[in-house]
Amino acid sequence: MNKALKFPMNYFPEEVIEHIFDFIASHRDRNSISLVSKSWHKIERYSRHQVFIGNCYAISPERLIRRFPCLRSLTLKGKPHFADFNLVPHEWGGFLHPWIDALSKARVGLEELRLKRMVVSDESLELLSRSFVSFKSLVLVSCDGFTTDGLASIAANCRNLRELDLQENEIDDHRGQWLNCFPDSCTTLVSLNFACLKGEINLSALERLVARSTNLKSLKVNRAVPLDGLTRLMSCAPQLVDLGVGCYENEAEPESFASLMAAIKKCTLLRSLSGFSEVASVCLTAFYPICENLTSLNLSYAAEIQGNHLIEFVQFCKRLQLLWILDSIGDKGLEVVASSCKELQELRVFPSDPHDEEDNNTAVTEVGLVAISAGCPKLHSILYFCKQMTNEALITVAKNCPNFIRFRLCILEPNKPDHITSQSLDEGFGAIVQSCKGLRRLSVSGLLTDKVFLYIGMYAEQLEMLSIAFAGDTDKGMLYVLNGCKKLRKLEIRDSPFGNAALLADVGKYETMRSLWMSSCEVTLGGCKRLARNAPWLNVEIINENENENGRMERNEEDEREKVDRLYLYRTVVGTRKDAPPCVTIL
Amino acid sequence: MENVGVCDEFVNLKATELRLGLPGTEDGGEEERQKVSCCKSNKRAFPETEKDIESTGKTETASPPKAQIVGWPPVRSYRKNNIQTKKNESEGQGMYVKVSMDGAPYLRKIDLTVYKQYPELMKLLENMFKFSVGKYCEREGYKDSEFVPTYEDKDGDWMLVGDVPWEMFVSSCKRLRIMKGSEAKGLGCGV
Repeated sequence: MNKALKFPMNYFPEEVIEHIFDFIASHRDRNSISLVSKSWHKIERYSRHQVFIGNCYAISPERLIRRFPCLRSLTLKGKPHFADFNLVPHEWGGFLHPWIDALSKARVGLEELRLKRMVVSDESLELLSRSFVSFKSLVLVSCDGFTTDGLASIAANCRNLRELDLQENEIDDHRGQWLNCFPDSCTTLVSLNFACLKGEINLSALERLVARSTNLKSLKVNRAVPLDGLTRLMSCAPQLVDLGVGCYENEAEPESFASLMAAIKKCTLLRSLSGFSEVASVCLTAFYPICENLTSLNLSYAAEIQGNHLIEFVQFCKRLQLLWILDSIGDKGLEVVASSCKELQELRVFPSDPHDEEDNNTAVTEVGLVAISAGCPKLHSILYFCKQMTNEALITVAKNCPNFIRFRLCILEPNKPDHITSQSLDEGFGAIVQSCKGLRRLSVSGLLTDKVFLYIGMYAEQLEMLSIAFAGDTDKGMLYVLNGCKKLRKLEIRDSPFGNAALLADVGKYETMRSLWMSSCEVTLGGCKRLARNAPWLNVEIINENENENGRMERNEEDEREKVDRLYLYRTVVGTRKDAPPCVTIL
Repeated sequence: MENVGVCDEFVNLKATELRLGLPGTEDGGEEERQKVSCCKSNKRAFPETEKDIESTGKTETASPPKAQIVGWPPVRSYRKNNIQTKKNESEGQGMYVKVSMDGAPYLRKIDLTVYKQYPELMKLLENMFKFSVGKYCEREGYKDSEFVPTYEDKDGDWMLVGDVPWEMFVSSCKRLRIMKGSEAKGLGCGV
């Protein structure tokens, strides 16, 4: 039989195959394609423009560039997730500079860079701004290490900049004139988000920039933009789709408020609203004219707006798909959301009083969660902070919402049982994993025994990320998960009694995962050393923040039964990293 | 699956033994364990909370702050800091409290320690928000005023400004709200 007939695709010219590959965006699919044959591997390599690297230490910049020389868009993640909660020392790592340096030297035509939990310096930003002529988009999430001077370089030198999106970064604000650095010729901005900057900005520079950026769709300003400033901005950009509002604390006349409302009415394309970090409740009312159009609403920083005002507003947002809110909305408020927001897909309820200092009773409970599950049929992602929960509620939620992809429940008090029956919450979470067959991300909390992990291992077939805190009884718990969850990629555990037996039972498992984090568990130095010996393709990092050099040396020789404070291990093709600080030991 | 080998000091083979039964079916007593409410003895201890529980109602002093666990609850530091600064601002040097007025789109902040008595404070509020508060009388509060100054105290209750001695007011006031007269009817000592 003619081979060309049997395997036609192999005989297409390369350009045709490449064109077909263009339709395949998912990096996982592309990884699979590259395994089919040598020729496909080659074609895929040269046609890959977007690369996602979930752990910047899994590979080196040089190897990345060798394999994908036509790279245009790069996503990099640095520090482990628990760095968000102060569990990782500041100097741990995740530096951007080596990447920019290598990309620049190789003259890669970089256009987009997305970073999460990386350490970025002004120097890197400057190098970035000068090295890539077609650079279009910079998105930084939870990064630190840079100042507004770095932003000035980006503004000044990136001629084709379309997107500058700064989300929740710690940026040293030099109160300089970085906004002025956008040249008059820069008119290509589509998205500008500087909500996390703490300092003053040059308002007139901002206004001129917005006025000349006729393609601007997304604008999120910081606290320094007062009410009438916002009005002027919205007046020159009625085409805005996404708006982040600043602070209304400065004095304003009633006429200013009326002008704001008039400007808002003209923004008929506005679909997404956020910010409101220091505003009186009444300010929200200025947005009533467009609230019916909103599909995304983030009021999770609006600590000043009282529950009843939140409820009044949200009930009119009938098209909401995404809602991030504080628990001051209360169960009653969630019931209103459940009856009004039938299109809701993602809900996050954050604690307004994380350390329970104010003894208020307006936080949310299992009642709100059940109401939402009953009222919102399209809900697939939830993050819910609450003070109490019951198995019955979770079982009901599981029945109502079998489509959860992400389910993260955080009961504020560790080890808290079902508040009615005093039992553990094993059955409740068990119901969730059994019902939600597509569940990819799960965070558990409350009183939990090994049993919940038996359920997770048995039912959570699609689970990719699991977060565990103050849960379980014995190593069996962790083993159920490692043995059962075939698609597990990230496992992070704190304050749970899992030890060496669980850690060492199946070393090969870690090759299928991106990373494992264990802190305040029962694993010992000896166990970690053995793991490192048996798995040379893993970086096994021990983090001991309080150790000085001498202390650590003594410990090593002394006692391998010493419990490890923080363990972070991850697969890598490039071996031990060279940039680890003294508090990190790589075994 | 890589075999760990025979028992040694690091690995307890029995602990890794997985069987079809649910955990604890051989041991018995597992059912009891499920009912235990809080702290379990094999868990690493975390700081206990010590809260005074008053049987007779509220106390003068605030309850001691609950002990905090590092990195818990899992809220991003950035987010925690943003909500925290608001609290700190009203508890720092000077006694800054936020003042809002019904119908006004803006908030103001004032330092209560700057004033010596109620009349000074009232004068400032009247000037700041351009309203007139009328006379305060103990029994009927701010009778016939279009706007009435109220405040939220440490217990979360809304009180009429002027009901308690000045020093007590300064130490317990968390925020001020200038309410519409019609809404304030329920407040005040006389009612």
